[in-house]
Amino acid sequence: MESFRQLFGSEPRRPDKSEISPEAQAIHLFKKQNPFDAIAFEVHRQAHAKDAKKWRNRRWVTLLVINLLFLVSYYFDIQLLEGALTASRFMGFHMADLNSALQVTLAFKHMVLNLVIGTATIFVLWLLLGGRTFCSWVCPYHLLSEWAEKLHLYLADKGLVKDRSFNRKVRSLFYLIFALLALLSGYTVFETISVTGIVSRALIYGPGMAMIWVGLVLLFEVFYSRRAWCRYVCPIGITYGVVGALSPLRVKFVLKDCHHEGDCRKACLVPHVLDMTVKGKAVHTEVDVSADCTRCGMCVDVCPTNSLRFEIKGLGKHL
Amino acid sequence: MNEQSKPKKPAKRKLNPKRLEQNRREFLRTSALAVGMIGFSLVGLLPVVQGKTLALRPPGALKTPSDESDFLAACIKCGQCVQVCPVNAIKLAELDKGAGIGVPYIDARAQACDFSCDGLQCVLACPTGALTHDLDYPADSRMGFARLAEPRKCLAIQGKGFKGQARGPDYQGILRYDDVDRWNPIPVADYPYDLELCDLCVRQCPIEIRITQCAAEAAAGERNQDRVAQRQGNECPPKHAIALEPIVSDDGIRRMKPVIQEGCVGCGVCEMICPPEPPAIVIDILQDADHIGGVS
Repeated sequence: MESFRQLFGSEPRRPDKSEISPEAQAIHLFKKQNPFDAIAFEVHRQAHAKDAKKWRNRRWVTLLVINLLFLVSYYFDIQLLEGALTASRFMGFHMADLNSALQVTLAFKHMVLNLVIGTATIFVLWLLLGGRTFCSWVCPYHLLSEWAEKLHLYLADKGLVKDRSFNRKVRSLFYLIFALLALLSGYTVFETISVTGIVSRALIYGPGMAMIWVGLVLLFEVFYSRRAWCRYVCPIGITYGVVGALSPLRVKFVLKDCHHEGDCRKACLVPHVLDMTVKGKAVHTEVDVSADCTRCGMCVDVCPTNSLRFEIKGLGKHL
Repeated sequence: MNEQSKPKKPAKRKLNPKRLEQNRREFLRTSALAVGMIGFSLVGLLPVVQGKTLALRPPGALKTPSDESDFLAACIKCGQCVQVCPVNAIKLAELDKGAGIGVPYIDARAQACDFSCDGLQCVLACPTGALTHDLDYPADSRMGFARLAEPRKCLAIQGKGFKGQARGPDYQGILRYDDVDRWNPIPVADYPYDLELCDLCVRQCPIEIRITQCAAEAAAGERNQDRVAQRQGNECPPKHAIALEPIVSDDGIRRMKPVIQEGCVGCGVCEMICPPEPPAIVIDILQDADHIGGVS
């Protein structure tokens, strides 16, 4: 429930003391009595430095391979992965982006069999792989946005730009409005401004004027508000977030060794999902990160104590 | 940061003025963002409402000549139709088409659909039915309807022949020429003509070509006809699409006029191959064989 509340834009709730398990309370108490150990933290951090880009590199490679596969498949006409991210065929088997399929269905009010097959395939795929995993591991705009974010953080560090936050609930509002607009107008209104679709098509069929819009959104993110599109606008994130709420693949927080220094929250696209890493807030000794998490692994990369790690529920083994 | 102890709701804090001001600003910013994004996406509806997005669509597009809203609603903008087309006739629309962005269209003058694939590959590739599977054969397409827009430019009406490359040496478009290679379209520029009287629009019409083939097959042996048609996914068109009809003239020059007939599907090959600039014959997207009205 809390997971869905956060997905739709509510701020994380501070847990009541009665909700915190005795084991977790014991650890909280221990940490309260033993102040932040700067030396131990530095040791951990340095020992971890070699792994600091492990998941990022894996993710970038995956993202690039998937997107370039579309391009290579079309360019050399090998019919491996045809189409674009909105809908495609992998070796002839239909796949459809869940949000695009939803928009088309609302606008067209009819679903042909191929779309049902494609949507069901992708639904099951992301149910297994973590829902918003799509965002950080597949969406080509995410990569552009990550680079824009680097620039933003660099400029912010120099004091040249400032990050302005929006109310995250606005993303749910966008979701509702775009769904209603598709239903009432009969046009897939969101697709006009969907940077995911635009970048994916630009990559495969060649860039056009629509990339100007993508450029404007990126400029907005660099100079006005960090990661604004993914954080506050994109309905695709909510669609996949709902799927991911039920997914066994997730990031897990282990309370015991955490220094609560907060590096993970600084790196995160959706820091509200890491609220349990704030001192005294974890309700159990191990807490799953909620549905809005894109499983990008940046927190896993940055965490010096391995307190954040990937997990497949039910397999009981860490990656 | 005073705690206000109201037992009903989860502890609500009284915020200090600075925090209140921040919240007020965030609310204003958020409202501006919402209005801006929704506004921009709605601007995208303008071109479709104004009918500025109307264009020649691939075969099977869910549309009537004047209304393509079903087609725009159903298209998921993936471009699979673009990828399968053997003559690369299909392009995706740009941002200036608003909500029509990413939707396939055909610029017939640059490259028409000549049904090189026989089996309507774009229709088969479409994942959402925006290009409807109700279509079985090229002759069932209703893309538009040819119209003799500039009769005075027509070489046949002028009584002229045609010699050379139909669209000049630099033209990029390709066509299937059955006598060259049934499965590999070649550049129009590589196929010079030498015609006593220009009949290119009739000669290259895919429907007319198919009718001629069917007639030949029928002559060769009636019993094979159905099997041949099925194997090629290219049933014999039931009606003619275009024909040259003689014009009675006093000056003794032999003149002919292209007359578009009921079987025209609006594929655009006649517009593509027509030598003069602008072409004498064009595709009228506001008409099709099932909806003929107004000018012809």
